[in-house]
Amino acid sequence: MKILNLGIGLLAAAAMMSCGDNANKKSSAGGALNSSAAEKVYVAPGEQDEYYAFISGGYSGNLTVYGLPSGRLFKEIPVFSQFPTSGYGYSEETKPMLNTSHGFIPWGDSHHPDISQTEGVTDGRWIFINENNTPRIARIDLETFETVEIIEVPNSAGNHSSSFVTENTEYVVAGTRFSVPVPQEDISIKEYKGKFKGALSFIEVEKETGHMDIKFQLLMPGFNYDLSHPGRGDSHGWFFFTTYNTEEASTLLEVNASQNDKDFIAAVNWKKIEEYINNGGGKMMPSNYAHNVYDHNSHTATSTMKKEVRVIDPTEVPGAVYLLPTPKSPHGCDVSPDGKYIVGNGKLSANLTVHSFEKMQEAIKNEKFEGEAYGIPILSFEDVLAGQVEQAGLGPLHTEFDDKGNAYTTFFISSEVVKWKLGTWEVIDRKPTYYSVGHLTIAGGNSREPDGKYMFAMNKITKDRYLPTGPELEHSAQLYDISGEKMELILDFPTHGEPHYAAAIKADKVAPNSKKFYKLSENTHPFAAKSEAETKVVREGNVVHVYMTTIRSHFSPDNIEGIKVGDKVYFHITNLEQDFDVPHGFAIIGQNNSELLIMPGQTKTSVWEPKQVGVWPFYCTDFCSALHQEMQGYIRVSPKDSDIELEWSLGEDVE
Amino acid sequence: MKNYLKLSILMLAFTGILVSCGGDNKKEEKKEKITLNQAEPVKKEKKTNKVPASKRVDLDNKGVGPITSLDLPADIDQAMAAKGKEVYEKMCTACHKVDKRFIGPAPKGILERRSPEWVMNMILAPERMVREDPLAKDLLIEFNGSPMANQGLTEEEARQVLEYFRTL
Repeated sequence: MKILNLGIGLLAAAAMMSCGDNANKKSSAGGALNSSAAEKVYVAPGEQDEYYAFISGGYSGNLTVYGLPSGRLFKEIPVFSQFPTSGYGYSEETKPMLNTSHGFIPWGDSHHPDISQTEGVTDGRWIFINENNTPRIARIDLETFETVEIIEVPNSAGNHSSSFVTENTEYVVAGTRFSVPVPQEDISIKEYKGKFKGALSFIEVEKETGHMDIKFQLLMPGFNYDLSHPGRGDSHGWFFFTTYNTEEASTLLEVNASQNDKDFIAAVNWKKIEEYINNGGGKMMPSNYAHNVYDHNSHTATSTMKKEVRVIDPTEVPGAVYLLPTPKSPHGCDVSPDGKYIVGNGKLSANLTVHSFEKMQEAIKNEKFEGEAYGIPILSFEDVLAGQVEQAGLGPLHTEFDDKGNAYTTFFISSEVVKWKLGTWEVIDRKPTYYSVGHLTIAGGNSREPDGKYMFAMNKITKDRYLPTGPELEHSAQLYDISGEKMELILDFPTHGEPHYAAAIKADKVAPNSKKFYKLSENTHPFAAKSEAETKVVREGNVVHVYMTTIRSHFSPDNIEGIKVGDKVYFHITNLEQDFDVPHGFAIIGQNNSELLIMPGQTKTSVWEPKQVGVWPFYCTDFCSALHQEMQGYIRVSPKDSDIELEWSLGEDVE
Repeated sequence: MKNYLKLSILMLAFTGILVSCGGDNKKEEKKEKITLNQAEPVKKEKKTNKVPASKRVDLDNKGVGPITSLDLPADIDQAMAAKGKEVYEKMCTACHKVDKRFIGPAPKGILERRSPEWVMNMILAPERMVREDPLAKDLLIEFNGSPMANQGLTEEEARQVLEYFRTL
């Protein structure tokens, strides 16, 4: 995607750079350095990693969980995409999670995970992630590592400058990349200028439960809003968004959106807008968007369509929004741990631009404006500029920070990470990446307290890093030790899908809270059978409900007769196990959706519509015990007009 | 091992079918049941040498786990037993029928063969028991390798279940 934004000539440059990188790689290989790198990433068998890394799956629509420093993959958490491995998005309980105003969407493009914060520090309760294509924000519970809530974002398109949280997780913020007519209407694309709006959505997060609700949408001029980050410390209460296409082009953006010498960083004082709303400001606009919530007791999601959203015109609230000129289509928008600096990574600019929050406040106080865009005051570049990192590399994209006053910026075109000093703006070190790096992550790198031990770069291009797997390759990531003055490359590891961004956190903030199993006694699923005595088969017309249980290693019931062609059979499977890591699976021949993988204490439902007469087997898909291969059953399907009675049983001839 | 046995039975069955293709009368008989020549008498002789784990009496063995000693009062606490029945029905009946062998053995009469500590340890720490207690290990083998599931009962609940077993 980003590749398209850059010229072909630049790509050629990238290819040339890559050749150079290859040479570097070879010269540093071998010797004592190599063995110390191995020691640094070696997590001995049976030992556990020091950090969790939550890496976005990009077009997989999911979120992957890795360990650092080992780079081992622990889990893929389904979020916006159907996941046949567990039945997410296929089971009756989870289908509502993927409901939207456009109907059921089986797929998503996940981008930027961000961990919830308390007082500016990651707290390990939840992780949020945005869906870019059909704009949504998801919340994943870090006790269960499951997606528990998804809210659709109306008036938005290409939900890219998302999903970043404020210091106390007051809000998770979602900005639109594409501006669109708001509300949507049937007009000519040529009417873009002036008619199209860019919605920046502030989604309130309930303190205890984490439930999300759109507090307001700020309807900004029709630019592209690329990335964003919250202020912190002194700048808490503000949010910063990079913009490009301030030219407001609707065609051939590759050329037309690169005309202006400077675009903007939009600075939004959300506290001021919040106050305005609490005094009755803003107006409710009719809308239609889905809010999907998963409940861990009923193990079931519900989807509700919301019918209105509060919108704010930025000119209504004086002092709420300012524009900071920033050179050449800035991509990343990153705020230093102390909240004093806002880094704009102008991707077509030679220099990195750093704005000063203090200078911005001063300029606002003096009402020193250079102009305005659609009524929003534009500050002067020189007035807000803190400094520039000169000629640091080609194609800067993203910046993260350590705990020693340093910043690390990725350069896509020159394929490298550059370490530089906040305040003096001098370059300290540079290391190649393999190849064409996008985002980078430092644990807590976007909080008040970054953890300057490791940094990893997530690359867009893999080429020769691993054994070839045909034309399609997983992307590569590189882990660097950043504890010293110079960065040291210590590990390469493949990532799944396209890892746009990742959030990392010390394992001890998350691991102790990780749930081991669901308590049967807390299961409120309406079709749960909480013991074998409660198992049954109930017919209502051509709908049949099978209340089934699993335990090592049998289904109850495991023989069912009296099902007919044309029936709609709901298998409600409750896993009666109450121990850690004893899931059972359920698969039946001709299942048109997916298997179910049922955790202990959980109930999941699969619909089966038999089309052929016969006796059909079902079985457990997860190797559960020495008798797993015995965990099976039969279901007899008779012709539509048959009068075979409904019967079910288990082990009647056991002596 | 069991799978090997199955495989050979399966192979025998196939051979049987292949062979019977030529004849007509024999085919009918063989369809009903798999018969292995001479297999059974040999097996029986071997088995009678040893008392199966489920029939062995060992009241001194306390097993391994959180319960090291437990004195049962002479009288059964009926209220506790009633609670135990509830827990048993919810958490145990998927594998244990009160008075007949099912996936696992029947609890009826268990205290004539096992100490109360052993029973509670088997409920509370089944993984450790099948690893470290020779009797539990033999039971696992006798019951086809079907593991006793740890159902996460509290000590109090396990004690209630034990009291219920005394009423059976």
